[in-house]
Amino acid sequence: MPLMTPQDQWLYTISSKHKLIDLNFKEIWRYRDLLILFVKRDIVTVYKQTILGPLWYVIQPLFTSVIFTLIFNNLGNIQTGGVPPFLFNLAGITAWNYFKECLTGTSSTFTTNQSIFGKVYFPRVIMPMSITISNLLKFGIQLGIFIGFYIYYAFQGQTFGFNSHIFLLPVYIVMMALMGLGLGMIISSMTTKYRDLTVLVGFGVQLLMYVSAVPYPVSEAKAKFPSSVALIVEYNPLTQIIEGFRVMLLNTGAFSWFGFIYTLIISVVLFLIGLVIFNKTEKSFIDTV
Amino acid sequence: MIILKASNISKQYRLGTVGTGTISHDLNRWWHKVRGKEDPFLKVGESNDRSTKGESEYVWALQDINFEVQRGEVLGIIGKNGAGKSTLLKILSRVTSPTTGEIKTKGRIASLLEVGTGFHPELTGRENIYLNGAILGMTKKEIKAKEEEIISFSGCERYIDTPVKRYSSGMRVRLAFAVAAHLEPDVLVIDEVLAVGDAEFQKKAIGKMQDISQGEGRTVLFVSHNMAAVKSLCTRAIVLEHGETVFEGNVDSAVRYYLSIDNLENNTSLINRKDRLGNQKLKVSKIDFHNCENDIVMEVISGDYLKIKLLISKFEDVVYEKLFVSIDFLNKDLVSVLKYVNDEMGFSFSDLKNKDSFELEIPNLYLSAGIYSIRIVITEIDTTPDNFIDVIDNVASIKVLPGDLWGSGKLNRTDSIVIFPGDFNV
Repeated sequence: MPLMTPQDQWLYTISSKHKLIDLNFKEIWRYRDLLILFVKRDIVTVYKQTILGPLWYVIQPLFTSVIFTLIFNNLGNIQTGGVPPFLFNLAGITAWNYFKECLTGTSSTFTTNQSIFGKVYFPRVIMPMSITISNLLKFGIQLGIFIGFYIYYAFQGQTFGFNSHIFLLPVYIVMMALMGLGLGMIISSMTTKYRDLTVLVGFGVQLLMYVSAVPYPVSEAKAKFPSSVALIVEYNPLTQIIEGFRVMLLNTGAFSWFGFIYTLIISVVLFLIGLVIFNKTEKSFIDTV
Repeated sequence: MIILKASNISKQYRLGTVGTGTISHDLNRWWHKVRGKEDPFLKVGESNDRSTKGESEYVWALQDINFEVQRGEVLGIIGKNGAGKSTLLKILSRVTSPTTGEIKTKGRIASLLEVGTGFHPELTGRENIYLNGAILGMTKKEIKAKEEEIISFSGCERYIDTPVKRYSSGMRVRLAFAVAAHLEPDVLVIDEVLAVGDAEFQKKAIGKMQDISQGEGRTVLFVSHNMAAVKSLCTRAIVLEHGETVFEGNVDSAVRYYLSIDNLENNTSLINRKDRLGNQKLKVSKIDFHNCENDIVMEVISGDYLKIKLLISKFEDVVYEKLFVSIDFLNKDLVSVLKYVNDEMGFSFSDLKNKDSFELEIPNLYLSAGIYSIRIVITEIDTTPDNFIDVIDNVASIKVLPGDLWGSGKLNRTDSIVIFPGDFNV
């Protein structure tokens, strides 16, 4: 800081008034080390004092896929369009898990961190960002497992392959992150004062999975659901992501640019809304939490 | 040069629990805002006096606080529990925002409202140094440069690669304070964190604080109940009471003012107390404790000088030559552990006829650390209940702090009632 600062040149002002979007990117950049450390903490501490350690990241989606395959494909007789049902489910679950973890993780940002937030200031948005990034690493591990099985099935001589839209995969991952983060920030802001939504999130996410075409392809929903429900499933942006994910990796299902564009718009809008609400809440949530 | 300026800071809180009733207030507030009107609930609200029952659901934890801090200044913020100190610090450290008013600053503010914020029990000491440092606003590079210094200051070298959950609470605090002490913000805000750790570490901590404020010329805002620490660290202080600034000035006057509000409240109630025996021809109306420099104190170190000064209100004449006065110190079990009675000391109160106060001087108070309540018995002629003039229990209490009677640098143990001079010989 220069010695000859003019009297009226303040670094920042603490007051009750604030702008609608008051994101200080310079400040967030200054706290980048904290972001990295939070990510490291989340990864390292979850499975401390466990024998299997990070293997747990892998076990959960595998077992869920096995169960889904047994129930939906063997028992329910859902057709997966020539793709091995296990691989079909694993793809859906891997993608869904990332969205779900981002959503549930960030949706309790304010309530779970109130002891830290109540004592020290840092850009609050660091917290949900760190959750999204550490979940991205988990997602990477799970995707690795998926690729392992992918190769296994390919050697077995099964007929499936990448779709030409595979280059959009990173965009899809970003869309999932933005949607989970945006929705999570909205929920976490709204639950600081009234806790009603926390109750909803618990089972809401579970139900959401079933209308997002995770354990079945959209074509099956169109064929068997009542038309109004099929419409909800088809145009649900999460369905677009899950289905798109399977299109790219397994070349099953239908890809539409229209679906892609509106999902992208929705996820960006959700994220921006989340950011605005989050920003508004962080100023004084500690008084009402 | 002014580095920080607070103008008209106020903070309103709502009392009671958040429930379905809250939403109607919220909607009302929102409706006013939509129509561009003023928040209706800002007009209500009472001053924040914890002990009285109020009419309003809203209280002002802070009201119109104004102050300026010069670069390099160490400002003390003192006040009783609930005076608004912590609220002010929370606003300063941007944990919450003020209801009205604003604070402008020219430097980065780092706050220490608690030591070890964000410590993760599963991470090792070293990992927690990085995490805690980053939470407090340091970059990885800054922490790395100071890592060795922090570890050696904490005195936890042996445990540094062990998870913090295995630490004793004292070690955790040492490590946390060590991180905090190596922060280098433009303005440092500290709340009561010195009230942790053993005496040796407290001394080290205060020493470090002095280095920070004097040696390095850092601007510090310091909140504490430890008047000795405030006096030794701060140059200026503000005194808060019920959310308002009641005094602002140099630190000695501020501490004196703070101690006097404490005393004033205690003593105004003393004369009105009804739980006393006797005919009340005389009444004890005020009690003060003094140290050897004649300052009013609420605490004394074991083995130090203590003077008790009593003010007597006279209502009817008594025979002063025949007055019995006894002053008892009762420990927490209400056992009298020390008693001064004038007759066995061969003292006559005949001179009290023309005065309205007397003193008891104790050159060395050899009581162990603890809180002692004072009982006063004043009788005439003899000590039968018929002749009671004023008998009052728990007139005041005095806190005795652990001392170092033997001058060995080790604090005396506190599990006995008294500690008395003596020597071992072999």
